[in-house]
Amino acid sequence: MSTSRRSVSLLKTLMIHKPQTRAVTYMPRPGDGAPRPITLIPGDGIGPLVTNAVEQVMEAMQAPIYFERYEVCGDMEWMPQEVIDSIKKNKVCLKGGLRTRMGGGVSSLNVQLRRELDLYASLVDCCNLPGLPTRHENVDIVVIRENTEGEYSGLEHEVITKFCSERIAKYAFEYAYLNNRKKVTAVHKANIMKLADGLFLESCRHVATKYPTITYDEIIVDNCCMQLVSKPEQFDVMVTPNLYGNLVANTAAGIAGGNGVMPGGNVGAEHAVFEQGASAGNVGKQKMVEQKTANPVALLLSSAMMLRHLQFPSFADRLENAVKNVILEGKHRTKDLSGESTTQQVVDAVIAKID
Amino acid sequence: MKPGLPTRHENVDIVVIRENTVGEYSGLEYEVVPVVFESVKVITKFCSERIAKYPFEYAYLNDRRKVTSVHKVNIMKLADGLFLESFRRVATKYPTIEYNEIILDNCCMQLVSKPEQFDIMVTPNLYGNHVPNTSAGIAGGTGVMPGGNVGAEHAVFEQGASAGNVGKEKMVEHKTVNPVALLLSSAMMLRHLQFPSFSDRLENAVKNVILEGKYLTKDLRGDFTTQEAVDAVIANIE
Repeated sequence: MSTSRRSVSLLKTLMIHKPQTRAVTYMPRPGDGAPRPITLIPGDGIGPLVTNAVEQVMEAMQAPIYFERYEVCGDMEWMPQEVIDSIKKNKVCLKGGLRTRMGGGVSSLNVQLRRELDLYASLVDCCNLPGLPTRHENVDIVVIRENTEGEYSGLEHEVITKFCSERIAKYAFEYAYLNNRKKVTAVHKANIMKLADGLFLESCRHVATKYPTITYDEIIVDNCCMQLVSKPEQFDVMVTPNLYGNLVANTAAGIAGGNGVMPGGNVGAEHAVFEQGASAGNVGKQKMVEQKTANPVALLLSSAMMLRHLQFPSFADRLENAVKNVILEGKHRTKDLSGESTTQQVVDAVIAKID
Repeated sequence: MKPGLPTRHENVDIVVIRENTVGEYSGLEYEVVPVVFESVKVITKFCSERIAKYPFEYAYLNDRRKVTSVHKVNIMKLADGLFLESFRRVATKYPTIEYNEIILDNCCMQLVSKPEQFDIMVTPNLYGNHVPNTSAGIAGGTGVMPGGNVGAEHAVFEQGASAGNVGKEKMVEHKTVNPVALLLSSAMMLRHLQFPSFSDRLENAVKNVILEGKYLTKDLRGDFTTQEAVDAVIANIE
């Protein structure tokens, strides 16, 4: 984009982007200030670098949480039981990427974690960040993906059940209702996988009738990919089975600013695990690890999501505002955002911007 | 303070936290001898400590900077002394939050002359009645301030200022009561129930109506009825 076009769009974003004003009506319960334990899995590759970024920022904010760290690497065959127990006790976990072993028959640790804790909904929040120039504007898409079955169930053939389809459909509509979103789009390939995706669509249609104020439509996955890159503003909340969810989430993250900046979480009825939204590149290249140039923004925003989940909205707001201001300023950006800063420099900038 | 609502005092942003169960409202009154009545003020260590913890926690969780305790220890040395002792102890655990104390009469004067010096104020039960009503008055009136009562397990939300919360007969007949205070308290309740999106929408709708300044009830020098104010809020909901 030419400079003048960039400044016009930047000005427009600044004017539309309302400044965060304090809610006069937040009244915490007595005892809310006691620090909460969070399971922390630094992970592989750039994982330790970005989770350390979160630790530093939480410390600077004096957030009422403390981390219980567990070293897990992707080469392990099974997720250690003590880690699962810790998450079951704490109910909330923050993790970096875990490498997935190649080769058949072994499901990745990430998938094991989701199955074991029944984290059936994966959420990626793809939204343009003010100050970050992208080819696409007005991107504000939440991708909700079924996280436990489908093609990634490790069995090499597809499994879709009525139970799981219904719960992910309910989650997507409930999410829309509770967040004042207007439209839910189901992504499928029922023209080919008539039975399996047919069941998925049936569940979505059934749940849609219970939310008459929310618009519901359906789109075939190939058309969806094309629409995402040409007219992303038509999408609001998207719900997908497991495989397409991977494509759609990573594409949407890419058009909104890249996988270095999109937050995400995995949630079930009882537990929640927060990690970078886009799965692509969450372990990163060797060079990024050596030169310490991984982008901490995605995990910082995911940890803000986590603070909101824990009902600490004030801390979540402060963290988000600090991160958004650093991006808006544009001085401290890592390589993936065409900048030259290291991870630590970005972290220092965020800490400096915390009120 | 609400944008668009003209008041004599600007930059009023005070949260008043009041001990709700003991103190002068303990209900212990008795007749000593005919025509002599005694009212007993009760302050316990347990209640002082828990009400001391709450404002510091509130300040910490809401990014506020200062807690001021209001007392009359020069007169009630033992009872209010115990109250203050609990505060000073809890304050040491929150080094980033400023803590100071003010005697009740000075407090009332400061409230009406320099309200911007106050952030969070904590009081035992009786003064807790004066202080919030005065603060509500300077910030826009009893018709607009939200409030709630909270314990470890339950919460009851009602209009913030206790003065006028039943209102005059005339207001009831003409239906010109200001619904803003209770609407904002219900937004507080929605946040308590963890429905922040609904809470935001409600708050924004109410704030926009006040900012616009058209549909105000009599206490805000407008001419509109309760129903008209409600319709305006509903129209402003996104």
